[in-house]
This record gives sequence, C-alpha cells and structure tokens, in this order.
Amino acid sequence: MDLPTKKFTVTRADLVRYAGASGDFNPIHWSERFATKVGLPGVIAHGMLTMALVGRAVTDWAGAPDAVLDYSVRFSRPVPVPDDETGTEIEVSAEVKSVTDEGHTVLAITAVCAGEKVLSQARATVRTTRLGK
Amino acid sequence: MPLDPSAVGRSYPPTPPYLVGREKIREFAKAIGATDPAHHDPEAAQALGYADVIAPPTFPTVVSFASNNAVVDDPDLAIDYSRVVHGDQRFQYTRPIVAGDELVGRQVIAEIISRGGHDFITTRTDITDAAGEPVAVAWSKLVIRGEG
Repeated sequence: MDLPTKKFTVTRADLVRYAGASGDFNPIHWSERFATKVGLPGVIAHGMLTMALVGRAVTDWAGAPDAVLDYSVRFSRPVPVPDDETGTEIEVSAEVKSVTDEGHTVLAITAVCAGEKVLSQARATVRTTRLGK
Repeated sequence: MPLDPSAVGRSYPPTPPYLVGREKIREFAKAIGATDPAHHDPEAAQALGYADVIAPPTFPTVVSFASNNAVVDDPDLAIDYSRVVHGDQRFQYTRPIVAGDELVGRQVIAEIISRGGHDFITTRTDITDAAGEPVAVAWSKLVIRGEG
C-alpha cells in the first residue's frame, strides 16, 4: 500500500530555528562562506532536520504523535537550501513494507529533493490503527 | 590514518542529567513544524496518557548529539571534525520523551569500519530517565572523509 505523498519546505530561516532548537550550530547549516570552504555546494539542511520532517510524515500517516517505535535513515545526499524566501522542497512518500507479529507496521520511506533521493534505506516501525488517513 | 578498530566497545562516562523543559519541547516542535497538540498542550498529552507534553520522535538527538561530543573530542581517536558528515541515524523508542524527564546518555562505540579511504564510526547512546528506566536508544554513524 502506498501512502499519500507529503511535501515540506525548508528555508534558511528554518535552518536557523532548527539550529537553536536542536543545539547543532555547525556553520555548514548557516554560513555560505564556511560551507563552500569545506567543499559543499552551499549551505545545507541539517540531516536531522530532514529526518524530523520525514518523522512528521510518519506520525501523520500513523495518526498519532506517539506511534513511532523505531526509525532509521541514511543521509545519502545533502539538501542545499538557497538564500531566498522560497527555500527548497522535500517530497516524502512511503509504502507499507510489512506487518510484524506484534501487529506493528513497517514503512519504507523515500525523501526526494530537486529530483535526488536525500534519504535512502529509511524505515519506520509504527504502532497504529489509522494508516494512510 | 584509519581509525583504530580496537576502540570498538569503548564507553564514556554518562552525561550530566538533561532536564527536558516544556518550552524546549514546544520550541523543537515549532522548529520542525510539528503542530500536533500533544507537543504543545499538556492536556492534549494527558489525554494520551502522558504527564506533560511529549517530544517529536527525533528529539532524543538533543541528548545523543551532546553525548556524541565525548567521542568526537576523544583525543585517542583524534577525529578531524571538519571532515565529519552524518551518515546514518536510528532511534529505537521505549516511550516518547515527556516534559519533566531527566535524561542521561551513555555512549559506547558500536562499530568502526575503514573503507575506500574513509572511516565510519557508529556510536550507540542509551538514554535513560531519572529512575534509570530506558527511554530511547540512538545510533549515529559518522563518516570521516579521507584526505584528498
């Protein structure tokens, strides 16, 4: 079963807000000068911010904020965030991979930004009764 | 020089207790656009059976990220942080983090692999509450890019 696709926008302001909330002040997430110096295309989103946004999709699909039992991702590509008001968009989709013996649902998740997969092997196990709503 | 694989299994002293504030959970939820009332309104969280507002699933990073500094700053490993990128992340949850929790992270090196001139180090953080009960486990794989 495929779940409804969800879209999330990330702007520079979101990166600054996430840095403060998470405590990750690595300058690659706010300084163009620093990011390009270490060989990145420019300022990139925190991988953990991408994981958090995808986590929102997971809890939405599950229909409960406390439904996630296990959640893992691989950060396969950076998410460059331009210095404008529009930012960039991350599109998240998932399919139900399996149901465990305990009745938990395993989701295989895909997150795409600018046509590239930014997460790979993303999986979440959720305790749920309302999938796909 | 590749990371020394004999460091696998090395553990670090527990972090000082992190007191989870209600406003911190609200701030984190706002930063990621998580609008579920259980992250913001204690009554909504109580309706789900929790004592206070609950954190979104990736909130344990606030503890595990800080806890990971012990590994990144370990002089024996001599990790060049300017070459570090976050490779993988996994969380396993016993229960959501709730405002009022006092969390302690215990860090251990779970895996070290060197391949293609790059080092991959996986740390495991066991996060427990004031009673010593498990809350979540976090695994972070850091990639230390080779020179050149």
